[in-house]
Parts: sequence; C-alpha cells; structure tokens
Amino acid sequence: MAMIAADNRGLRLVTRYAVLVLIAIIFVFPLVFMLMSSLKPDQQLLEDSSNLRAFLPVGDISLTNYYEAFQRAPVATFVFNSVLVTGVTVALSLLLCSAAGFAFVFVNWKGRDTLLALLLATLILPFETIAIPLLMMVAHLPWVGFDGLSWGWLNSYHVQIVPFIADGLTVFLFVQYFKDLPGELIEAARVEGASWWQIYRKIVMPLSGPIFATAAILKFLVMYNQYLWPLMVTQEEGYRPVMVGLQYFFQLNVAWGEVMAYLSLITVPVLAFYLYLQKAFIASIASTGVKG
Amino acid sequence: MASKFTVSNRTGWLMAGPAVLLIASFVILPFFLAFYFSFTTQRLVSPNATEFVGMANYRQLLGVATVTLDPVRDDSGAIVMKDGEPEYPSLRALTRNNPDRPDLAGMREWFSFSLGGDSKTFVLARDVVFMKAVVNTFIFVLIVAPVQAGLALGLALLINQRLKGINVFRAIYFMPVVVSIVVVSLLWRLIYDGQSGLLNNLLGAISFGLIPPIDWLGTPSTALGSIIAMSIWQAVGFHMVIWLSGLQTISPTLYEAAAIEGASKWQVFRYITWPGLRNTAVLILIVITMQAFGLFSQIDVMTNGGPLDSTQTIVFQAIERGYGKQDISTGSAISVILFVIVLSISLIQRWLTREKT
Repeated sequence: MAMIAADNRGLRLVTRYAVLVLIAIIFVFPLVFMLMSSLKPDQQLLEDSSNLRAFLPVGDISLTNYYEAFQRAPVATFVFNSVLVTGVTVALSLLLCSAAGFAFVFVNWKGRDTLLALLLATLILPFETIAIPLLMMVAHLPWVGFDGLSWGWLNSYHVQIVPFIADGLTVFLFVQYFKDLPGELIEAARVEGASWWQIYRKIVMPLSGPIFATAAILKFLVMYNQYLWPLMVTQEEGYRPVMVGLQYFFQLNVAWGEVMAYLSLITVPVLAFYLYLQKAFIASIASTGVKG
Repeated sequence: MASKFTVSNRTGWLMAGPAVLLIASFVILPFFLAFYFSFTTQRLVSPNATEFVGMANYRQLLGVATVTLDPVRDDSGAIVMKDGEPEYPSLRALTRNNPDRPDLAGMREWFSFSLGGDSKTFVLARDVVFMKAVVNTFIFVLIVAPVQAGLALGLALLINQRLKGINVFRAIYFMPVVVSIVVVSLLWRLIYDGQSGLLNNLLGAISFGLIPPIDWLGTPSTALGSIIAMSIWQAVGFHMVIWLSGLQTISPTLYEAAAIEGASKWQVFRYITWPGLRNTAVLILIVITMQAFGLFSQIDVMTNGGPLDSTQTIVFQAIERGYGKQDISTGSAISVILFVIVLSISLIQRWLTREKT
C-alpha cells in the first residue's frame, strides 16, 4: 500500500512538472527561434523552420546577419537614442515623481487633496486617446535650446522625453509607499529643525529603495518599448529610437536573417537585465495591482 | 492624516509643482484639446483657417442608416436573378445626388441582411472603414479580456504551488512581457508566414500533411484571430503576476481550516480562493479592457489594417487619420469616441462588480 501511494505521488509530481515544462516551451520557443535564426543565412533559416533545427544553433552559423544589419541601418544611432531618451526620462521621473509623492504625503499644503484626486483621475486616460491632440500641441510649442528660441518640438530628443517624465501612476506608487513609512519619524525630524530637503534626502530616500526600483523598472519598460509616439514625432533617423528603427527591416524584401539579428540585438540586453533582476521586475508589475 | 504635518504651502508647491505641471500640460490639456479639435477642421499644417464645424466630424464618422429594398422584378412580376441571387436596385441611385434622400448622400454599404421574405435590408454607413474598426476592436476586447484573464489566473494557480524550482517557471512565463510588442509582432510574422512559417510546419507535421498551409495574416477570416492569439501570448504573464499577488494576500489559515474540514479542491477554489480574489478580478478586468482598446502596434507591424479591413482598429484609424493624413480633427474625434467607450465600459464593469449590500 505504502509503495503504491509513494508511486502515485511520484507520478503526480512528474505530471505537474511536465505541464509546467510544456507551458514554458510555449513561452520561450519564439525567443529561441529568434536567437538561433539570427545566426543563420536566409536560405537555411527558412529551410530549418520546417523541423526542430529551427531551435538549434546548427549549420552555417555566423554573425554575418549582425554585420549586415549595421550596414542596412544606422543601428548604433538608434541604440544611442533609445538609451539617452530612456535614461534621462527615468532619472527625471524618479526625481520629480518622488518629490511630488513626498509633498502629497508628508507636507500639508493648500490644494493638496484636490490635486491628488486630479492626478488619480488621469489613470483612466489611455495614452492612445491623447496621442493625436498631443501631437498637434508639440508641433507648435516653443523651445529654448542652445541655438536660441525655436518653434515646434518635432524631430528632437525633448519631444520624446518631456511629455513622459511625470505620470499619474508613478506619483501614485510613491504616494502609496510613503504612506506606509513611519510618519512620526518625519515629524520628529521637523521638530528637531531638519529642513524638508534633509528629511527627503536623509530619511525618506534611504527607506525607499524598493519603490525607486519599481518606478524605475516600470518607466524603463514603457520608455524603451515606446513605438507609437516616436513613430509620429521623429521623421529624421538621427532622433529615432530602436523600435522605430525596426521599420528599416520590414520593407518589401524582408531579409529575415537581418531582421532576427536586429530583434535579438535590441531584445537580448533587456532580457538579460530582466533575468538578472527578475524578482524586482515581477515585484514592480505586482505593485501596479495593489488596490489603493 | 491631513493636519499631522506642519503646514508649508511653499514646500508643497515647490516639490509637487513640477510633476503636477507636467501632467497638467501633457496629459490633461491634450485631453481637453481632443474635444476642442474634434469640433473643428483642424489640420496639422494647413494654409486655410480652421473653422468651427460643431458635430460634423462625429456625424461623418458615426452616420448610419438602413434601407429596405424589394428585389427587381421583370414585366411578368418574377424576381430577376443574377448569379443565382435575387437582384436588388442599385444603392448608388439612393446615395448619389438623390433629391429624395439627402440623408443618404455619400453613404456606402456596410452589410446587409434579410428578415425572411424577398426584401433585403441594407445597412449604410458614412464611414464604413471606421465602423469595421469599431467592430474589430470590440471583437478583440471581448475575446482578449476574458480569455487572457482566465489563462492568467490558471497560470497563477499553477505557479502558486509549492514545488522546487517553481520560480524558474514563473520567470519564464513572464518573459514575453518585457519584450516589446513591436519585436513580438515582427517575430510572429515569420511564425504565421503562409509558406515557411513555423505554425504551418507544426500543423502540417502533427496532421501528417492533412492541414494545408494557411496564410494566417493574409486571410480575412484568420488575421484578427492570429493577432489575438499573439497578443494574449505576450501579455498573459503580466496579469499572471497580478493574480499571483492577489493569491498571496489570502490568509493561509483559511486553507488550513479547509484542509481540516476535508474540502475538495474545487470547494477550496470556489469558497476561499475566488472570494479572496474579488478585488484583483475587478482590477484585472478593467486593466485588460483598457489595454486591449489601445490595440495599435500589432496592427501597424503585422497587417496595416488589412486584408480587406479585417484588422482595422479604432486607434489605428485615429493614427492613420490624425498622423497619416494629418487630419487632426477627425483623429481627435476618434480619440474622444474611444475615451467615451473606455469610460462607459469601465463604469459598467465597476457597477456590475460592485459590492452587493
């Protein structure tokens, strides 16, 4: 009897793992296919897709496709633009949204509750519903740069950065987190005569590592993966980010090997970053689901 | 909470001001501008002055009418047949310069149906492409919202087991979420390819060649379905994680009590897990619905709205007109229509899932 029970348990365990593995295959096979195909010449890539060789690094393996991709499009420029726009936006977003969260939770000022309610209301506005009027707006805004005053923000870095620095969700995440910090600590520091800046810098920031990580990861994913907005506001390739740069690769004659090389090039660093900080990534998505 | 901290208007405005100002300028202002532009003839660049046209853009987009016609009969009274179907009078006679029906001017046939008898009812729309876009978007949302939420819950329950190495599987299921939907779309174009696509090869192999290759994205009846499947594949991990965090808020003592009482697995799910996930369920449904209505990138990369407008969507139309044709006013009107739809649906969802007292 005991042995049969043990066998059953063993069998159940095997079935469970089999189900988990089968589902895992569904989620990874396109990504493995992308990576392997990026190493193969077009002819072989298409032949291999009829059998399991599609998922193996076999045959005529080389980095030629990567080289060709750099020949076809200014890949380095696209990568630089994406890194710049994403980096600056994330940094400014953390600074301004955390400061706002701080003011909403710890400082008592006139208009606070009304403004917070207004910011929360923007959460129900999908970006797609404001994209077109925003396009019209930025096409006519003034900008003071190194060459003096100019009109219209199209084809620039700031048109990709400024509208996305602050958003309701990021402020909201900081507000939620700060609410759970010990308020007495801040009040005591105030009584001791600490300035607001000192409190923010010396008390709140050191306690808030996790929420800064969460906000940074969410913003990073949104910014790096942006497509619709840069597609509309950057006609000059000098300002285009990696996702819009993709367009160079799906014109009439699709050279699939090059496409896969470019896709791998812009995806693998993000995947590596994700796998490295896996727990933080998942925690940040989970935190958007915490009901306020 | 409100008066616990020292009052400092200056600090408050100084710290919250920049973020508030940016959100007001780049989120709230464009939202109101959308309404404003939708009542005008605004174009991105135009030599002509912009005029105020009231509801004209909305009438142009949403104008729908029906006409019921009797089949054409010959002198003896028999129905004239053409290609095995009864022939009906030309709709063009009604929609082009017909002084009797000025309301139908410029409309085109959207679809037609017959309620028995010989007569047939034609539904005309002023903007047939937009109507198709609205229908496609609703189909997308109505399939994606329940299927994706359901699959995500299934995955979350699977991942919530206590098994060695379960975190590895969680990490893998979540992986497509961090990959851009643009990358995913281009990748799946090769998987869905009509000749050498992986999917056709797989189907051919498991059916021993019985299933012929299908041009998944090039066939009107399969294009939208293919995009739906891919979109769920990409995003399901996102909602799995949200379900998972909901699952973890349920007190373990409830499960222990159920185990002592000898409850079945289904009973545990029905009476403990599901009630505990109520708030999460509402949130997930609203979030998926909002995301699904924004369907754009997949269309832009994979089909461009085709074949035969079978994958046109509301946002794709808003961008095609507002940006592609530089028609800001129509693009804005579509944006407003989308906003009204999203808002009404989330209000309905909230009302349907309200706490019953």
